[in-house]
Amino acid sequence: MIYFLQQLINGLSLGAIYALIALGYTMVYGVLRFINFAHGDVFMIGAFAGLYIAPLVMKYSNGGPSWPGAFVVLVAAMAICAILGIVIEKLAYRPLRNRPRLTVLITAIGVSLFLENFGQYAFGVDPQYFPSLINNHSIAIPASFGLLSHLRIKVSQVLIFAVTMFLLLFLRFIVTKTKLGMAMRALSVNPVATSLMGVNNDVVISFTFGLGSALAGAAGILISIQQPSVDPLMGLQPGIKAFVAAVLGGIGNIPGAALGGVLLGVIETLFVAYSDQLHISSGYRDAVAFFLLIIILLFKPTGLLGRVEREKV
Amino acid sequence: MLALGCLAGCKGPEPGAGPEGIPVGEFASMSGGSASFGQSSHNGTALAIDEINAAGGVLGKQINLITEDDRSVAGEPSTIVHKLISEDHVVAVLGEVASSKSLEAAPICQENHIPMISPASTNAKVTQVGDYIFRVCFIDPFQGKVMAKFALSKGWTKVALLTDVKEDYSVGLADAFQSAFTAGGGAIVKTEEYSTGDKDFSAQLTAIQAANPDAVFVPGYYAEVALIARQARESGITVPLLGGDGWVGESLLKVAGNALDGCFFSNHYSQDDPSPVIQNFVKTYQDKYGEKPDAMAALGYDSAKILADAITRAGTTDEPKLRDAIAATKDFKGVTGDITLDDQRNATKAAVILTIANGGFQFVQRVAP
Amino acid sequence: MFERTKATLVATLAAIFVASRFSSHIGPYYYDIILSIGINIILAVSLNLVNGYTGQFSLGHAGFMSVGAYAAACFTTFGLPVLAFLKPLGSFLSVSIFFGLALFLGGLAAGLAGLLVGIPSLRLKGDYLAIVTLGFGEIIKVVIENVDVLGRSRGFSVAAAYTNLFWVYAMAALTIYVVLNLVNSTYGRGFLTIRDDEIAAEAMGINTTKYKVLAFCLAAAFAGIAGGLYAHDKQFIYPDGFNFLESINIVTMVILGGMGSTWGVVLSASLLTILPVWLRSIADKPEIPHWLTPLLSNLTIPYSLLLILLMLTRPQGLFGGIALKRKKA
Repeated sequence: MIYFLQQLINGLSLGAIYALIALGYTMVYGVLRFINFAHGDVFMIGAFAGLYIAPLVMKYSNGGPSWPGAFVVLVAAMAICAILGIVIEKLAYRPLRNRPRLTVLITAIGVSLFLENFGQYAFGVDPQYFPSLINNHSIAIPASFGLLSHLRIKVSQVLIFAVTMFLLLFLRFIVTKTKLGMAMRALSVNPVATSLMGVNNDVVISFTFGLGSALAGAAGILISIQQPSVDPLMGLQPGIKAFVAAVLGGIGNIPGAALGGVLLGVIETLFVAYSDQLHISSGYRDAVAFFLLIIILLFKPTGLLGRVEREKV
Repeated sequence: MLALGCLAGCKGPEPGAGPEGIPVGEFASMSGGSASFGQSSHNGTALAIDEINAAGGVLGKQINLITEDDRSVAGEPSTIVHKLISEDHVVAVLGEVASSKSLEAAPICQENHIPMISPASTNAKVTQVGDYIFRVCFIDPFQGKVMAKFALSKGWTKVALLTDVKEDYSVGLADAFQSAFTAGGGAIVKTEEYSTGDKDFSAQLTAIQAANPDAVFVPGYYAEVALIARQARESGITVPLLGGDGWVGESLLKVAGNALDGCFFSNHYSQDDPSPVIQNFVKTYQDKYGEKPDAMAALGYDSAKILADAITRAGTTDEPKLRDAIAATKDFKGVTGDITLDDQRNATKAAVILTIANGGFQFVQRVAP
Repeated sequence: MFERTKATLVATLAAIFVASRFSSHIGPYYYDIILSIGINIILAVSLNLVNGYTGQFSLGHAGFMSVGAYAAACFTTFGLPVLAFLKPLGSFLSVSIFFGLALFLGGLAAGLAGLLVGIPSLRLKGDYLAIVTLGFGEIIKVVIENVDVLGRSRGFSVAAAYTNLFWVYAMAALTIYVVLNLVNSTYGRGFLTIRDDEIAAEAMGINTTKYKVLAFCLAAAFAGIAGGLYAHDKQFIYPDGFNFLESINIVTMVILGGMGSTWGVVLSASLLTILPVWLRSIADKPEIPHWLTPLLSNLTIPYSLLLILLMLTRPQGLFGGIALKRKKA
């Protein structure tokens, strides 16, 4: 029982990471109908931004961890990623606004490859240690909880979960309750009509990209706090998994991304946890994620929470 | 069209030491996924060649090292080794670290009768390709046996395996460990896998912990091992981790912190070994590259030095004689130990077992073959 | 260009056969490059059928190549009794039939894999299909990594290098022949209609799924043949050699050549095979500034920029526009 619960916690924690990255994917797709292949790499840039900024900030806390310092690094990384996202959009995606989707997808792949290889060229291929921005200890569960006190949860796991939930609500707030959000929703339905209504599409799209990239940057920092090893290729795997998570939950649907992320994390973890009983080697773990993707696309392509869209001709 | 262009003036390989020097080829992953290993081994090789040339070269000539990058891509090693042999006319080829790349290039070297010395490929199949293929490292079966015997000697009878399913080195070492360990009476209580690039191992570690092993064998590379160690401690696994030479890397201890204290791994050499040969090497390497040499660098260094030694002993760069001289390498005092090449053309030499303490590696014991 | 008749094909095969008799005069380095060009031509032309003509975006072509490579390699390694059985026919004929069988099996296995992947996936559009094909490529890789008899990540050694100039270019010629003929038939009309407007095609009564699956399987089969040729050339295959980046390489060839232009793709495949080789050979020359050298020998940075620039400036590739002018029926 404890084993199951601990693995469940592991799964939820992993899932929160996927969810955090998936939020950015799904938001960009929801507004622009475009899979930003480079999202995982912006996440990586965010982590590296944190790597370089952290020592500067930690000078003020005598080189030790501090919550205010961590917050500063987080915001700085988010800002850098937001700018990066806006620049990429302006240079690589905006000129292709009216082209077929495949063209933009290929460009996105190109941007992703460029960021990865440039990262290797500029930062070196070896992983680097991400300094501890916060005191990431295990949370002690009082013995009065009985068996549960044997469970292990870290501060960072709770933090990631909490931030993901917060961002989920925050994004929903922006999208549903603000004018900018309304413009984003309108853009996703009909860009032409939206601009006819007096909305500056370029600004809305830039904002969407900036926000999505900022989310990726936040993910980069939070995840590096938990898994303190950064390298230029670190965005590859989480990027793909987060995409699967977003599709699982219904791409374009913000709560769906969170649900999909958590679900994927839990399923993957429980697969490994019980791989012996299933008589399948836990090495098939990555295949499980893709297998889930295929299943959902076969039976409910709009995802768990997505709504069917009629394609008009 | 193209065929005609090539028919003009392309002939077969004619290796040769010209007046400009002796061309020696090297192929390594200087970029791409395996770049950290390729760059390390190249650094070691280049350092060795520089030292040899500074001391007057071999047979009175300088060695001209021609390095090609295989970009960690399959299919590239064969192309660049073809180039080294038929265009650059190298007398020998040094490379590669990854067994898969060595296995791709070996048939070409064998066919052209160009000796190939791999610094660090541990898959037994590499030297089985032919009698022109050598390696200066020990092979997986040996290294696996070393750690298995060590574990048994410590009284650990229940071990869990955590293997990198994507890396042939890891898979090979795990298989070797498992055979030797179970043959010696031990039991593998849990087998878990991960993939290169993974950063979260909590699922596997929780499962391993539930099996309650005496130790965990993690024959992976340092990038993941560092994180595995951290997360293992966080999951409450207090037993030692065991590993192989893939643990050696600049970032290992930086990322792992003290999570690896008290763990053991087998290696080709120990940086703290007081022997002057090794200390000299560590110092010169550090002066030139600004960091301490890892196992790949040390092996790259030895592979080049052994080649030069063989050329000197053969007195010529003629293929069959050079091959024989390399095969006759006996008790060569390399930085990775006293190297003798056996009749399988693998290096028979001792392995060292190191432990981690006080922020560095410490020598534990030497295991003779 | 040439008439797409059987006569032309036979004549081409004969010419290739004659040329291959001279192959021993080519230096091994150039020979290896020439073989690589041929294999890449097969891969790019077959992918063009899916991506270019039918407008479906497949990102997992290397996965099918790996299926064919392993299938062919397994046959030549474990199927030696068949070779022994054929021995009485003489060395040349027995090896040729044996290898031909291996390639055929490789193509068949890959084609079946294409069917397996295609039937569920091809209902999806654009971006989704791209990701699913990528996913299948990864699944195939993971499966191979976990199966002992295929060598897992340790790889699979192939004992005999049966691949030679004749086989590679004969298969390339065959691929081009089949693709060109298919595209200029009623099937081709179907493919192009689907590419241009899938909904209209459905409305016109075309069974789009059938056409898409056909293109997909055929492309996969040829990729499998290319894989078999590759396995018996390099003599060593391992799962990571058929990863996502390899698929992207093939996609780049198709895009550069122009989606929908077979000859354009042939040209771009050749170009993109030779270019890295040429750049690598000049990378060490003294005239090249120091910082440029690593960028030239490892081409991924320029490649990715090339992709982006291509899409921005000339998305139809080198020859994409020209191929759209078809002969009147």
